[in-house]
Amino acid sequence: MSFPLLTAVAVLPALGAIATAAVPAARRTAAKWLALAVSLATLVLAAVVAFRFDPGGDRYQLTESYSWIADFGVRYELGVDGIAVALIALTALLVPFVILAGWHDADSLEGEEGPNRRWRPTQGFFALILAVEAMVIISFEATDVFLFYIFFEAMLIPMYFLIGGFGDRAGPHGEEETAKQRSYAAVKFLLYNLAGGLIMLAAVIGLYAVTADQLGEGTFSLQAIVEARQAGELTMGENTERLLFLGFFFAFAVKAPLWPLHTWLPNAMGESTAPVAVLITAVVDKVGTFAMLRFCLGLFPGASEWATPVIVVLALVSIIYGALLAIGQRDIKRLVAYASISHFGFIVLGIFAMTSQGQGGATLYMVNHGISTAVLMLIVGFLISRRGSRLIADYGGVQKVAPVLAGTFLVGGLATLSLPGLAPFVSEFLVLVGTFTRYPAAGVVATLGIVLAALYVLVLYQRTMTGPVRPEVERMPDLRKRELLVVAPLIALLIFLGVFPKPLTDIVNPAVEHTLSDVRMTDPKPEVEAAK
Amino acid sequence: MSTTTEIVLRAQETIPAPDIEYGQLAPVLIVIGAAVVGILFEAFLPRRARYVAQTLLSGLALASAFAAVVGLAVAGNASTEAGLVAMGALAVDGPTLFLQGVILLVSLVSLFTFAERRLDPRAHGRHVDSFAAEGAAVPGGESEKAAVKAGFTTTEVYPLLLFAVGGMLVFPAANDLLTLFVALEVFSLPLYVLCALARRKRLLSQEAALKYFLLGAFSSAFLLFGIALLYGYAGTVKYAGIAEVVADTNSGVTEALAATTGNDALLLTGGALLLAGLLFKVGAVPFHMWTPDVYQGAPTPVTGFMAAATKVAAFGALLRLLYVVLPGLTWDWRPVMWGVAIASMAAGAVIAVTQTDVKRLLAYSSIAHAGFILAGVIAATPAGISSVLFYLGAYSFVTVGAFAVVTLVRDAGGEATHLSKWAGLGRRSPLVAAVFAVFLLAFAGIPLTSGFTGKFAVFKAAAEGGAGALVVVGVVASAVAAFFYIRVIVLMFFSDPRPGGPSVAVPSPLTSTAIAIGVLVTLVLGVAPQYFLDLASQAGVFVR
Repeated sequence: MSFPLLTAVAVLPALGAIATAAVPAARRTAAKWLALAVSLATLVLAAVVAFRFDPGGDRYQLTESYSWIADFGVRYELGVDGIAVALIALTALLVPFVILAGWHDADSLEGEEGPNRRWRPTQGFFALILAVEAMVIISFEATDVFLFYIFFEAMLIPMYFLIGGFGDRAGPHGEEETAKQRSYAAVKFLLYNLAGGLIMLAAVIGLYAVTADQLGEGTFSLQAIVEARQAGELTMGENTERLLFLGFFFAFAVKAPLWPLHTWLPNAMGESTAPVAVLITAVVDKVGTFAMLRFCLGLFPGASEWATPVIVVLALVSIIYGALLAIGQRDIKRLVAYASISHFGFIVLGIFAMTSQGQGGATLYMVNHGISTAVLMLIVGFLISRRGSRLIADYGGVQKVAPVLAGTFLVGGLATLSLPGLAPFVSEFLVLVGTFTRYPAAGVVATLGIVLAALYVLVLYQRTMTGPVRPEVERMPDLRKRELLVVAPLIALLIFLGVFPKPLTDIVNPAVEHTLSDVRMTDPKPEVEAAK
Repeated sequence: MSTTTEIVLRAQETIPAPDIEYGQLAPVLIVIGAAVVGILFEAFLPRRARYVAQTLLSGLALASAFAAVVGLAVAGNASTEAGLVAMGALAVDGPTLFLQGVILLVSLVSLFTFAERRLDPRAHGRHVDSFAAEGAAVPGGESEKAAVKAGFTTTEVYPLLLFAVGGMLVFPAANDLLTLFVALEVFSLPLYVLCALARRKRLLSQEAALKYFLLGAFSSAFLLFGIALLYGYAGTVKYAGIAEVVADTNSGVTEALAATTGNDALLLTGGALLLAGLLFKVGAVPFHMWTPDVYQGAPTPVTGFMAAATKVAAFGALLRLLYVVLPGLTWDWRPVMWGVAIASMAAGAVIAVTQTDVKRLLAYSSIAHAGFILAGVIAATPAGISSVLFYLGAYSFVTVGAFAVVTLVRDAGGEATHLSKWAGLGRRSPLVAAVFAVFLLAFAGIPLTSGFTGKFAVFKAAAEGGAGALVVVGVVASAVAAFFYIRVIVLMFFSDPRPGGPSVAVPSPLTSTAIAIGVLVTLVLGVAPQYFLDLASQAGVFVR
């Protein structure tokens, strides 16, 4: 038996989380270093996965398969395709930066004497981040629907504590109100996602009932179900398939988040600290869009096609609505959150355009959006930690005081508005082209989103960074070494993938072809006028 | 030959001497026997020695009864050797042994919380437990003060516990309606008394006991009336006999009764009354009214025991009744049970949202859980039986553990059960709060806890049994229920501790063990449930 590489990538951060939580209260710096070391080791393992993965090989590689709960037909089945490899790499890449950026986030909670002395916030904070990483990675790997569902749901718990327990303390309305808002945001996050998850649970059970009915033995294995369907052994009734599809899609649309199920995201991102916000939008939410590709399209091709028109419209609404609301925000973090909603609209649009450019672009978009949002949000976090306010109106003229901060902020912002030369441009372009070939009107409307993105990013930059220096920001220090260490590699990566996206597309494209063949779709043929 | 001997001989021919299978009855006999010995202890041992003697005796009895159950299961009594014992009064089969095993283990864990003596501050230099110094004394009266001053404790609770357990062991095994009724009374009466014995807040406790007793007596009357009608219907109280009449394959009814048997009106009314009696014990809507008051008023260890073990026993009896006696009536009872299940899930989850007391909250949550379990019962398939068995095992340990945690959070007035007092517990004592959070997550059915596995099992069985709509209602109710479990977690972790709030008492190893077992079972059944699912599905066949 070969080395269970995929298990190792997920188990390493999980063990790291336990070890970090167990560090004694007095050694909290050691806990930080331990967490960082574990996340770096995970990155190394993820890199090994990426190199061992052969883009031209089988659809699912590095597979592992063991029986887990035989009674329910549940198997511990892992396997990665190109899409999963790219997203695992993204997750493993971002977490060390999240940890580094959040180095001091839990410090303010330390040192409370008296009845709180047994509370170990630093250890808890970093252990929870690693726990989230472990669960996200295993949900990218799972090819058993039940296994996926378990971690899809379970990751809510550590995430919930990260938002509610370690949220931002720089709210605009005083400490007590901020605490209330934070708790509200955490609960809203959990309830939205839990409700989505429970509806998915009903669909998961329904799927089991269907397979048990037709195959004689219930199974959750994605591959087994897809194969049985292609061999004609499994035929779902039209209505059954549509209902099951909706159950799955609802959960993923909450997670992604798609309009009108998006309202938890601005609260959650606004009230958590910047690194946690990055974890939410750049890592955890990707599970939603990833699962649309892997499970919705793979399990229910007919229903996916049936639902496409509605989903495309919802995605367009997300794009425009998110961008418009971003323009209207007064709070920087909520602005980034609404921008993310707009971007998730692009991703969903790309997936359901059902073209190879569209889906390939959507996958690239997931990776690039992760990196660009991380840059922007982490710098926003550094900015807020200096001034102690999230309101745009409290800033002005920062670029004169802290030029490096302002410059990197601008790069992050430009990446968000998909400036050519930076990575997000490639993916946004692909999504738009892919959409246009099938749904020209949708492609045109989506392009408006780019224009609006320019507006919210540049207006934000103008209001905060340019203009006369406000007295409160006069003494603002520029980026420190640790902060530069966070920002510089990510920006380098944005530029690299912007000019040379080939390594990524090479891995992703074959997987996208497989997904398209699941739904029996081919790219629309270019129309050529017949020569006379 | 004299005529007297002739009569005796003839009598021996017609009245068979009862043939008792002591081996198969061993679990019941051990527990009841120990209860009797416990009463003798109360009569003859000096007061000082009773606590140790009673706890040891009870622990030993429960453990050896459990060993007997395991022995019977290993000997094949759960599968190939399953059969009727004691002249067909009891059925020893898979479900019986599984449920008896669960009841005994849960009782053993509950016993640990009963025996806890470190939580309450010492009364006049003596360790005291959660039970009244003298049950018969008027609350606040002179004799009570004297009893407290003398350091009395009510060690009678241990024999009472054993009697209740004895009745619960018989209840799911009962194979005729009279045995069912006797078992019901044997376990109910000690519970009524136990409910009245709280050391603190005695009036509340006595009120709870009175309510429980009155409503319980009411439901017993329903049950008894139902039994009478069913006897009128079938001419027998034996499950198999009634089932035969229902299925119309009956041949052995005496001629005298032949004219009156087979009256469907009697069957339907009798069956409905019988179900009402059992649903009362289960705590399903609309027979749930007693649950919150009784759960809140009873001493917390008793609440934990009652909430877990009664539910197991009552669902066991309900399963046997529906699957053995009334399978021919499936089309009649199913719609009714649909209604009950939906009402229980919905009412339990929605009303729990407004609760401000931990014990009442858990009471309403238990109502919702009764609804979830009913979803598995309704499946009317073998998978339904085993899923219910598994759910009961998983749920009972979570419940006992959760109530054990409730006993730890105390202020000057005893247990601090008002939710507002739990604010900030996560900062004050992270471990206790984390453990309680695990139990709450299990109640909410979050993956990787036993609650999820159980919920999945019953919903899966329901979906396969053609109750897909029930699954959807169940899932929505779970979402509502998740809200209030999460609210408690929010309160514990994200609210600031109040000055002068409750403190967490450091328990003796007894309660710690109880809680640890609860957490362990919760996590093991969540992560690696296969062995126990196998056990439940092997045990899922009723003998007739």
